[in-house]
Amino acid sequence: MLKVQDISITYEAQTVVRDVSLALERSKIIALLGANGAGKTSLLKSLNGSLPVSKGSILLNEKPLNEYSRREIAQKIAVIAQETETKFPVSVLEFVLAGRFSHGTAFGWETGKDLQIARECLEMCDLENYDARQMNRLSGGERQRVVLARALATQAQILLLDEPTNNLDLAHQAMMIRLIGERCKSCHSSAVIITHDLNLASEFADEVILLKDGKIHAKGEAEKVLTEENIKDVFNVDVLLDENPLSKKRRVTAIY
Amino acid sequence: MKARSPRLKVKSLRFGVVLLMFLGIAFGLAVFFGSERLSFLELTDAQAVILFDIRLPRVLLGACVGASLAVAGAGLQSLLRNPLAEPYLLGVSNGAALGTMLAFVFFAQIEFARPVFAVLGAGLATIAVYQMARSRTGMNVERLVLSGVIVTTFLSSLIVLLTSLLDAAKLRSFTFWLLGDLSQATKSGFYLTFVCVILGTILLSSQARALNLMMIGERDAFDFGVEVGKVRLIVFATASALVGISVAASGSVGYVGLIVPHLIRLTVGSDNRLVIPFSAMAGAIFVVLADTVARVAIAPRELPVGAITALIGAPMFIYLLRKN
Repeated sequence: MLKVQDISITYEAQTVVRDVSLALERSKIIALLGANGAGKTSLLKSLNGSLPVSKGSILLNEKPLNEYSRREIAQKIAVIAQETETKFPVSVLEFVLAGRFSHGTAFGWETGKDLQIARECLEMCDLENYDARQMNRLSGGERQRVVLARALATQAQILLLDEPTNNLDLAHQAMMIRLIGERCKSCHSSAVIITHDLNLASEFADEVILLKDGKIHAKGEAEKVLTEENIKDVFNVDVLLDENPLSKKRRVTAIY
Repeated sequence: MKARSPRLKVKSLRFGVVLLMFLGIAFGLAVFFGSERLSFLELTDAQAVILFDIRLPRVLLGACVGASLAVAGAGLQSLLRNPLAEPYLLGVSNGAALGTMLAFVFFAQIEFARPVFAVLGAGLATIAVYQMARSRTGMNVERLVLSGVIVTTFLSSLIVLLTSLLDAAKLRSFTFWLLGDLSQATKSGFYLTFVCVILGTILLSSQARALNLMMIGERDAFDFGVEVGKVRLIVFATASALVGISVAASGSVGYVGLIVPHLIRLTVGSDNRLVIPFSAMAGAIFVVLADTVARVAIAPRELPVGAITALIGAPMFIYLLRKN
């Protein structure tokens, strides 16, 4: 669905992403890992065209990304950004309906269908009866769930998520991961997730990409990428590797 | 923004009808009150001339000017995410005034030069304020208001320089006009403003939902499909045109773009799809009534309508600034 070939991103005379290639296929989840400042967020932003690339190409369904209009891209790619601006007083329902903008008509009155989808997504995110609440009065965790609901309301096939589990308690972390996983399975959607939780990546990602100084350090299945050597190289931390007794997936524990 | 429900839709519709009724009442008052009070039932020939050639064009122009300024204010406020953004305070009106004066001084014979120069002046002032207010960290309230002050004072000094080129008789009418004056209303002036305000309101309303998203945040709006640059251009261009045309016709009537959208938001919430068209109606009502007061208060002499609107607007500005 999304094919990235040899892209570099230069930001204020500094190259933050260098020669990165990746391919996102249907129903797949890619996890982007790396130390702070490794270029994860820049790479993610380039995937929906909000940060221009200085080199290389990004193809969405075999067509260059920059040949699509913003509306078309927003119908196909939804974003959960790290920081969401919510200074202006806006109700939760209104905020989630913003996810339906790209499906809108001239003059932009939302239809009954838009409302129904928005309400369903709120319900999925454990936010019934939040319709009229103001965004700037919510807790960090509640706001993060509204942001997820808005992304789901777009019904986009590709989700780009920048540390989506930030601010969430354990139960809602699980809920978010489950929702994203379900969306990828049942709707053949796919997702790129930035996370600092190596175990989360190991459990749920089909492919893990380790970024270091803007370059891909290692890429592939979690078992192959999350090795003691790679983690030492990228995070400069010694780890203990074993197997999660339930899922039989690789488990990473930092040694302090 | 309030949550949308069928009840709210009915409520908004009812509010629209109420505004229309008020607009009718304002028209009635404005047409029949004045230094020459007119009767509903019978008019002498002289009174007919007053009604159709003087008063009616003036009332209609006042309505168009009020609607233009209120709509421009509502658009700029959403775009700049700042309830204090107002054409008069940002220096946009002064840009238009300077343009009008330049046209008057140098191209006095060409009638359409004035609105054209006014629109250009308004556009340049808008760009100047926007560029000055923008910083790496974004745009805050203080920076925007300060930039507006700088542009306003700079343009004012240019206007003063230009007025010194005028003779004494013209000077008085100019000072009056600068404060906002509808007494020079003509039918052709009304037609032009009428067409512009209708087109401008439709154009801005068509961007209302995109503006709603941009009020949440420009980054977010971009991610969710808004062509941010295009919307910004449309709003700036439309607001400049609306302000330019109305200033060319009636001078700088201040604070309309501040008071009216604020009152509308208090009533229907901040959804631009309602705020923009309702601001047009309420702006028309406000200026028509203010002009009636300006005509009647010290009859047979007149006050500039801009003085009336500023008397109401300035305290409100202070209130909004403190609330921010």
